[in-house]
Amino acid sequence: MNSVPDIFRILPEVILTLTGVAIMLTDASLPSGVARRSLGWVGAIGTTFALWASLWQLSLPVGTGFYGTVETSPFTVFFHVLICGIVLVALLLSMDTLPENSHHQGEFYALIVFGSVGMCLLTGAVELLLVFISLEISSIATYVLAGYRKDTARGPEAAIKYFLLGSFATGFLLYGIALIFGATGTTQVYEIARLAPTAENHGFVLAALALMLVGILFKVSAAPFHVWTPDVYEGAPSPVVALMSTAPKAAAFALLLRVVYEMFPSLHATWLPLLWVVAVLSMTVGNLAALRQQNVKRMLAYSSIAHAGYLLAAFAGLGSSGIAAASFYTAAYAAMNVGIFAVVTLASGYDEQRPLVEDFRGLIYRSPLLGSLLIFFLVSLVGIPFTGGFFGKFYSFSAAVGGGAVWLAVIGLLNSGLAAAYYLRLALAAAQRKAADEGDAAIPTPQVGIAVGAALLLAVAATLVLGIVPNDVLRAAEAGAHTLQAPPVQTTASGNAFVQQP
Amino acid sequence: MNEINNSILTLILLVPLAGALLVAIAPDRAKLPNWIALLTALVTFGLTLHLPAHFVLGQGGFQFEVNRPWIESPAIHYHVGVDGLSLWLVVLAGLLAPIGIVASWNTIKERRKVFYALFLLQQTAMFGVFVSLDLMLYYGFWELSLVPMAILIAMYGRKDGPRAALKFFLFTFIPSAPLLVALLWLYAQTGSFDFVTLQILISHGSFSASALCWVALAFLLAFAVKVPVFPLHGWLSDTFSEAPVALAMVVAGKLGLYSMLRFHIGLFPVQARAVAPTLIGLAVIGILYGACLALVQRDFWRLMAFAALSHLSLITLAIYGLTLTGWEGAVYQILNHGVVDAALFLLLGLLYDQYSTSQINAYGGLAAKLPNTATLFVIATLGMIGLPMLGGFVGEFIILSSTFTGVSRSWTIAAALGVILGAAYMLWLVQRIFYGPESPLTASRPGNDLHPGQLAVLAPLAVLMLVMGLAPSFWLAAIQTGVHPPPLKQSQASPANVLVLPSMSIPSLGEGPR
Repeated sequence: MNSVPDIFRILPEVILTLTGVAIMLTDASLPSGVARRSLGWVGAIGTTFALWASLWQLSLPVGTGFYGTVETSPFTVFFHVLICGIVLVALLLSMDTLPENSHHQGEFYALIVFGSVGMCLLTGAVELLLVFISLEISSIATYVLAGYRKDTARGPEAAIKYFLLGSFATGFLLYGIALIFGATGTTQVYEIARLAPTAENHGFVLAALALMLVGILFKVSAAPFHVWTPDVYEGAPSPVVALMSTAPKAAAFALLLRVVYEMFPSLHATWLPLLWVVAVLSMTVGNLAALRQQNVKRMLAYSSIAHAGYLLAAFAGLGSSGIAAASFYTAAYAAMNVGIFAVVTLASGYDEQRPLVEDFRGLIYRSPLLGSLLIFFLVSLVGIPFTGGFFGKFYSFSAAVGGGAVWLAVIGLLNSGLAAAYYLRLALAAAQRKAADEGDAAIPTPQVGIAVGAALLLAVAATLVLGIVPNDVLRAAEAGAHTLQAPPVQTTASGNAFVQQP
Repeated sequence: MNEINNSILTLILLVPLAGALLVAIAPDRAKLPNWIALLTALVTFGLTLHLPAHFVLGQGGFQFEVNRPWIESPAIHYHVGVDGLSLWLVVLAGLLAPIGIVASWNTIKERRKVFYALFLLQQTAMFGVFVSLDLMLYYGFWELSLVPMAILIAMYGRKDGPRAALKFFLFTFIPSAPLLVALLWLYAQTGSFDFVTLQILISHGSFSASALCWVALAFLLAFAVKVPVFPLHGWLSDTFSEAPVALAMVVAGKLGLYSMLRFHIGLFPVQARAVAPTLIGLAVIGILYGACLALVQRDFWRLMAFAALSHLSLITLAIYGLTLTGWEGAVYQILNHGVVDAALFLLLGLLYDQYSTSQINAYGGLAAKLPNTATLFVIATLGMIGLPMLGGFVGEFIILSSTFTGVSRSWTIAAALGVILGAAYMLWLVQRIFYGPESPLTASRPGNDLHPGQLAVLAPLAVLMLVMGLAPSFWLAAIQTGVHPPPLKQSQASPANVLVLPSMSIPSLGEGPR
């Protein structure tokens, strides 16, 4: 069909898999007393190569490989780069924060890298079975990572909760796939897009859409499928939360974009109101619940639910503007969220003796760097101009307004005003002086090492770049949006319009 | 010279930012951050003085304009420029920065780096608001100005900083949400965020009237909270009692009032006329309500807050009187209020530093102990209450006379009553603090009168008040070119040159309902 060897279509995934295998083998062959920290560097280097490989894929002609199951296009490259970037930061962050004597560090890094294989594959998959497999690869790695702190009560609880609910959600997705196979006789996304509008059993198609949406919305922790989020985030180690609150979500959003825009463009009138409602619910539920949280990680968990809502608002945009806005928002959200979890990891320590908002009081006095960074990322989450958070919201809501959903934008922005209250509570606590009677001698000053310093630098730079010179990223997001071929809604009569070129 | 003219506004924006970075990088040794900040502020002030020196009077449109694309899609431009309206406001902002730094010189003892870096960042944001001609750029600076303010109030609040900071932030941040939606809606309709383009498009009236009405209301709401206009002043007194002196000088008034003139009346003249009677009513209530509450305050920060409410309401009255002279008076009064408030805050801050209380009745008989402080305080007070020969008189006179002839006699009488009450509470404040018997508190501590640095700041301010009172035409000349309409023909011939406020084409309310 095309002259590109199939292996090039999955080059980043291949590199990541090899890296993971290398980490596991080295881990097994090292004597038990030797520190595994340096394996993190192996992972980081492998991820960097995977990132370059993704960028290199831009030079390939857009198309699919392996009998039409994997696609490479600017869209997949955008998300590949994003996911590799997040994984890189998460690896660097873990290296300085995992306890030195941990025997399982090797597994930890390998799991992160294997998980990222699944996430990357998910963004490129155009065959529903591959979608399912890659979703499982990424999920299983995340389930294990969530329960990494086995010695605490919360760790296994988080893992089991995440696993049980996650399996249910994947089950829904699988049912959806089965139903759409029943209706159209295929599991290839472009074929489905072509056949779905004329499928005899329209009820099956609708049910498939609904079930698949449930499965995916669970993964992005949008209300009302969000209940697992706070508990899992609280129980999982912070570096893992930095990863799992961003990278799997980015992959899931890529899948959502593919499903609604590429597979079911004909059902635009059906999924749009659904996503509209989910968006409003997510923002409102997330923000209202976050207002009352005292635990920083739970608060940020609810905040991530709210951000999923802002992101879903972009889906109200017309055609490619919505896709571009959603892609951009994913990147902006990832940059600032990874950053804030990195700061939280450092400030509250690996074993989290000090997880409450109150414990962050006076952080800027204890550690000016961490305090300022915390405030910076919170300011970005609030959505103040000249930070990534602002342009994310800006594009998302301008897509919504452009698509005629002015009320969605109003609700969203009022919500972001509400959200400012709890973000600021944390920021102002960090800026506040400690009361004179509380000695702060007991609290050690967090140290910022090289690896974690690089992680923070990456996150800060990404947040600033997205906020001040977003042109390039936006262009990339738009290029991706065009390859996703979001057709205008009106032309759904001629299904042929949506078949991808190869 | 042309090159300087082209880059001067960018320099004014960048120098404080560079100073902020420098403060953040430099070691926190002795008073190094203070000196860097002061130097930066003085250089910036010097740069702002370039504007009036090379401003061409009588020329319509914006000057020192720069218009470069910043973000491609949506099309956001780095479009800055000043006209008569914003010219002196930029200079005022430049003037207040060194004063604020001098006021914080000895007060801020901890984390100086954070304070001065954020203070300078705030400065950039404020200049940005005054010079931005692209609505998204404007919105960016508008929001940006909130952050350093909130953090500084939280960090350096006197008693309960974080609470006041949160209140301030939410009060001003939440109304900016509808503002952003309104901007996005305008963009979705027109494909432009450019002020001048939008002004032309809106005046050609291709929008549905009801939608435009909501958009204008969203603009107005955001600005009215920031001014503040009664009944949206809930944040003001807490912020004034908590904010460091340097920030209290700039937190209220200027930004909101300027935005009203430029972006509410400037973009939506028709809608502004529709809401003008309501705002005039609210302004008069604000004048009287603020004055009455100021009379009964026991805390001088709160007194200053309600005094500010009263004075800013007077300016709001002038703006929504929709008369040309009223607008001149309004801009002039913003300048005057800025100068006078700066002096008063500086002096009150010094008193607070020495006696660490803001309870008025704890003071008494300070005039004998601190003669220079007392003298300057009295001069500033007289400037505030509008004694002839000082700046306040000119501003208030123009505002009241334009309201009297152009809007409504009864409202003017009510507003004038507020001015009289203003004299009462301010003079009573002076009497309670500086005269009468010495209070136990002031008797117990040795008083430090102004040191040379403070005197070097305050004496020029006092002279400035006098000059503003004696030779107002120096400032009014430029303000008039900003406020007055261009010859109608020219504006039709080349729409690109349409002046700031095409709203002049509306007949003033004089003919309207009395």
